[in-house]
Amino acid sequence: MVEVRFELNGETVITKDDPTKRLLDVIRTSFGLTGPKEGCGEGECGGCAVLIDHKIMNACITPLGNVHGKSVVTIEAFAKTQRGQTIRKAFETHGAVQCGICTPGMVIATESLLHANPHPTEAEIREGLSGNLCRCTGYNMIVKAILSLVEKEGSLW
Amino acid sequence: MVLDISKSINKVDNFEKITGTAKYIDDIKPEGCLYAKTLRATISRGRIVSRKYPDMPEGYAIVDYQDISGQNIVKIIFDDMPVFVEETVNYFGEPILLVVGEDKATIMSLMHQISIQYETEEPVYDYVDSKIHKSYIKGQGEAVFDKAYKIIEHTYETGYQEHVYIEPQGVIALYEPDKISLIGSIQCPYYVKNALMSVLDCNEDEVRVEQATTGGAFGGKEEFPSLIACQVVVAAKKMKKPIKLIYGREEDMAYTTKRHPAKIKIEAAISKEHEILGLRTHVGLDGGAYIGLSGVVLLRAMIAATGAYTIDNLCVSGDVYITNTVPTGAFRGFGAPQMIFAVEMMIHHIAKELKEDAYKLRMKYLAKTGDVTSTSGHFIEPIIMENMIQKAMLMSDYEAKIKKYSHDNMNKGIGMSWFLHGCGFTGSGEQVHIKAIVRLKKDESNRVHILVASTDMGQGIKTTFRKLVAHKLNIPMEQVIFENPDTDKVPDSGPTVASRTMMIVGGLLAKAADQLKQQWKDQEEVMVEERYKQPEHIRWDDETLQGDAYPAYSWGINVVEVEVDPVTFEVTLLGVWSVYDVGKAIDEQVILGQADGGLLQGISYGMLEVMKNKDGRIQQKTVTDYIIPTAKDTVFMETELMDNPYALGPYGAKGAGELTLIGGAPAVALAIENAIGKHVTQIPVVPEYIMELMKNG
Ligand code: FES
Ligand code: FES
Repeated sequence: MVEVRFELNGETVITKDDPTKRLLDVIRTSFGLTGPKEGCGEGECGGCAVLIDHKIMNACITPLGNVHGKSVVTIEAFAKTQRGQTIRKAFETHGAVQCGICTPGMVIATESLLHANPHPTEAEIREGLSGNLCRCTGYNMIVKAILSLVEKEGSLW
Repeated sequence: MVLDISKSINKVDNFEKITGTAKYIDDIKPEGCLYAKTLRATISRGRIVSRKYPDMPEGYAIVDYQDISGQNIVKIIFDDMPVFVEETVNYFGEPILLVVGEDKATIMSLMHQISIQYETEEPVYDYVDSKIHKSYIKGQGEAVFDKAYKIIEHTYETGYQEHVYIEPQGVIALYEPDKISLIGSIQCPYYVKNALMSVLDCNEDEVRVEQATTGGAFGGKEEFPSLIACQVVVAAKKMKKPIKLIYGREEDMAYTTKRHPAKIKIEAAISKEHEILGLRTHVGLDGGAYIGLSGVVLLRAMIAATGAYTIDNLCVSGDVYITNTVPTGAFRGFGAPQMIFAVEMMIHHIAKELKEDAYKLRMKYLAKTGDVTSTSGHFIEPIIMENMIQKAMLMSDYEAKIKKYSHDNMNKGIGMSWFLHGCGFTGSGEQVHIKAIVRLKKDESNRVHILVASTDMGQGIKTTFRKLVAHKLNIPMEQVIFENPDTDKVPDSGPTVASRTMMIVGGLLAKAADQLKQQWKDQEEVMVEERYKQPEHIRWDDETLQGDAYPAYSWGINVVEVEVDPVTFEVTLLGVWSVYDVGKAIDEQVILGQADGGLLQGISYGMLEVMKNKDGRIQQKTVTDYIIPTAKDTVFMETELMDNPYALGPYGAKGAGELTLIGGAPAVALAIENAIGKHVTQIPVVPEYIMELMKNG
């Protein structure tokens, strides 16, 4: 039996799940982490985004086997970090959340964007979010939330 | 305590949504839950002549029409859609049965072993089979066409629009010997409950419906969930186990309701002095295979026949055509987006053909306080459109731009739409059909529970209702409780649709709060109730469609500026400005959020979102094929909210959710028309269509 070993939200985990299984199903079902959402199942909506070795990845198109030996962070753990909380507060202040189904993915995208580029322009923010679909907000309040982080909290990234 | 109710606060569900802890339907997994998958018809029209089912392993089963103890009909508004196909197939993908069991892969392999034989019939895809026809007149009706100096005629066409709520449809049924519960991503718990009572043929106390946190809806979770809810409760009863049915994106796109495609023909009778004597309008809606609530959509479209204008003589008719395609249904705006697009284009086309200034012509017919509405009721509440138009033009520099773009050939254009939206159910709907009831319960520890069936699907009602009640009672918001509705706990305050939630349900809650204040007894339980009563002055005749179609109207202006690429004809948004009169915003940021999101849906309905069916099959089944805007496709929008309190709304609030969508398509279509100098008569205005216009138009 093959085992996949990886770090999930800071803890080493070992699973006997089939390595060809979608990472999304494994983290949602075997590990009960339902923060990442399935919006499309084909890597197009960003609802299932997680951080793999600090890069944003869509868990719905990532086979479990691919994360062997890597670190996976989901919204549940990221939200508790200082950067996670800072992003949350900016989203709250700027009205970036409506139905909320895209939000965990948007937060992960924000982290990934700011990690790579702590001072993005509006256009770079829009580009950085373009893999994440939101049907409720029209995106602008999310963009404004991120802009506010660039202005005020740049030092965190 | 905040003083001005409009002042924004942190929404109550922000934390759980942002941290990923909110539980949506797919995040819930009851003990021993079985999964379900739908087997669908593979023909567009015909009948099933034989079915061969495989032997089922232990714990797996097929659930079909024979398992239904009550009626094999989804009780909606017009009861014509079966829960499972018995014999007749009316559209490609119509559900025939569910396969249920523990393991998804086993379910899939069992599905492949089922064989269904059909006898096919010639399907109908054209607008020929009218199942609902309605008409009304205003003033002299058609008679003015005899006096016309000139008749201008145009036909406008609009396509499907898919909701693309990012959370697909999903429901879970729970089984107990004497009670079946349904949890779902739904807008209207009592619609679902009534449908379940009919399919199970059971009493009120034998079913319970609870809303799960809902990941977007936009009308798509108004009537559609009743279908899958009926299916899973039948399955749960058979298996005596919980059943979970979650759609994947492809299944959701191909087989759930969408906005009705429409063909709208408008004829205008013009006098020698270039007055619009009257309009003769016909709207045809493609209802898909079943009528469902298409008749109500049709009515809303017909009533919007003059948009934000007053025209004295009208002859308006409409038909819902049944075709062998996936049923169409509720979508934010509910018939108005189609009609407002047609009306706004038409008034510009009339101006062009008469060589009149469009703005002047529009101003001449702009509706004013006291005017007679399309259905011969009255605009009783103050209309402040003139002021709003001035504001919008100033914000967007409209006058200078329209002049410049109309003369210079610079591939840029600007368009401005004016529109209104009737708040609440059409006609006597609230009074006769809905009869909303709300309750407030104060418990012994002085916490106040909001008991209504309204659902938060992202529009923020969880926050705004609590804010409203707290404000009225002058207590902290933390003392007010509002949970996802559960029909065992809350009365039927009606569905969460038609921009009625804040104005009607919120209005009743405000009254209930006043009542509670009077009866407040510290540390004692107190329950108060309010029931909807139609305002005395509102009159409506369902037969003739005459009278006050809505108790109040919200109003709006959208201005959109675009650039059209001269080679690829790609359209880029340059600027978007809006002014809205929603009475009074109960939370400014919530309304601005509706404004941003609704308008982007409206604009992309007008220029981007293409969905077509070929031989009765939807062609765009993924988010790669059906394009909705990303963050890159939009720009910051400037939005102004007017204060124009409506006397009967809570703190003056009127409806807001739908209003923000309906002006987007005409505004962007007018902007493109301005840029390319050709008549736009259909949406979406995609590059292929622009190219065709440039060649032939
Ligand atoms: S669900 Fe993974 S990208 Fe949409
Ligand atoms: S908030 Fe609903 S999809 Fe983004």
